[in-house]
Amino acid sequence: MALPAFIGRRPTGAYRRLNPATKLVIAFATAAIAFAVREWTGPVTMLAVVLVTAGIARLGRPIVKFALATIPLVISILLVNTFLFPGATDVLARVGPFTATGTGLAAALQATLRVVAFALSVAVFSLTTPTDDLLSDLERRGLGRRTIFIIGSAIGTIPRMLERAREITDSQRARGLDTEGSVWRRIRGVVPLAGPMISGALSEVEERSMALEARGFSASARRTTLRTLPDSQTQLVARWLILVATATLIVASLTGLVHLP
Amino acid sequence: MSLRLTDVGYRYAGTTVPVLTGVSLEVRRGQVVGLVGPNDAGKSTLCLVAAGLAPGSIGGSLEGSVLLDGRETRELRPHEAAQRCGILFQNPATQLSGTAPTVYEEIAFGPRNLGLSVAEIVGRVDGAVATLGIRGLVERDPHRLSGGESQLVALASVMAMRPAVLVLDEPTSQLDPAGTALVGRALARLATETSVAILIVEHKTDLLNGLADDIVVLDGGRVVAAGGASSLLAGDVLPAHGVRRPAAVSIRRALEAAGLGGRLTGGDGDILAGLAE
Repeated sequence: MALPAFIGRRPTGAYRRLNPATKLVIAFATAAIAFAVREWTGPVTMLAVVLVTAGIARLGRPIVKFALATIPLVISILLVNTFLFPGATDVLARVGPFTATGTGLAAALQATLRVVAFALSVAVFSLTTPTDDLLSDLERRGLGRRTIFIIGSAIGTIPRMLERAREITDSQRARGLDTEGSVWRRIRGVVPLAGPMISGALSEVEERSMALEARGFSASARRTTLRTLPDSQTQLVARWLILVATATLIVASLTGLVHLP
Repeated sequence: MSLRLTDVGYRYAGTTVPVLTGVSLEVRRGQVVGLVGPNDAGKSTLCLVAAGLAPGSIGGSLEGSVLLDGRETRELRPHEAAQRCGILFQNPATQLSGTAPTVYEEIAFGPRNLGLSVAEIVGRVDGAVATLGIRGLVERDPHRLSGGESQLVALASVMAMRPAVLVLDEPTSQLDPAGTALVGRALARLATETSVAILIVEHKTDLLNGLADDIVVLDGGRVVAAGGASSLLAGDVLPAHGVRRPAAVSIRRALEAAGLGGRLTGGDGDILAGLAE
């Protein structure tokens, strides 16, 4: 007997079809170089790499949402670094008691590029790799079932918690709680939401763990893998090359062996 | 014999008051036994004990003997007990693994844990899907199902473990009438098409009417009555222990008390038979 075709259904597009481990290594390398390589070269190059990858994977609109999500953090980075950079004396402008400096602005822009490159590399990975593909591949590589379960259920819990939050908000609203309007009102609306959310989640834990036991979760046998995702020798070599190159570049940059602009 | 409890007593860890005392019951292959009783009678605890989860997974103190297919549950590890006895809880949402992208893979979760071959897993999943009539759900996301559908998927997931005994702890308590009917039809099919021994706790005695062969009434942690379903569901034992009779039985009794029973039964237009269904 064979598995139904939909179990092995593969995504379309060259980048999306890469093995999840390859995409994970690319995302890791991009984020690590963006953060760890000094000066402008690291973040600028990696942001370019991420944007090109996003283009190849045809991630137009979805990736914009991720980019927009970084705005609050980017604003705080720009403000703090530009106006409060320690020891900077090249004044650009004065706003009340605060002084914007050139050094601070440069540091702020660099940090912004690093954060955006990091966020988008995570976005490209998560948008091109179904969670179950990643978990299947990690499981095939020998990651324990408990670790896999924790990762999988943690990812799966987020939309379920959001759904539950919506249900609780609706029921609180139906009983007259005002959760619309000003920020303060919204914050006050969160308080009665937190209790039922936490108590509901905790009360389910015991039943959930017993349900897992009833499905052989504690069995010692090696878990059967249903999805075997295609991999290749080329991808294996590429992964190692990327990892070695990333480590070398970061070490060279941090130790000053290589001076990049 | 598939499930036999003999003089079972059980106390939760950290408590001194027993929840179950001197409980004895049997469920044979192909038999459906309904377990009814008022709130706090110990029904859910009895389910955990019968499935080997108490004290196996949650601790506590067990007295007496619980035999699952001839083996004492005390001697079984949780995954061994799971292959002898499947348990279905009230809330369908807590029974899904949360890691499977499709219903098919959700049902395959248990057999995969056992390390079975892919062919064996496919056979088990297909068997459970066919028995419960949920072929149309297999490609769907398990978290985008109705309550009744989710409970059927949870039941199929348990069935895929190929247990000799099924313990169902109020499987329809959180379902709307449509979901209850859906699960009720699936249980009826399960009872007639398989030889699984089924112990079902159910407040909705209408569901037990026609499904259960025998009824056991639990009150205060003790078995206070046991016998054939037709006589117990129609008699006065259930109301005496705070359990409602099936609606069809209540209506029949009311009509009979009013002297209308004889005029409304028998023949092609048997209204009461229709109500009972």
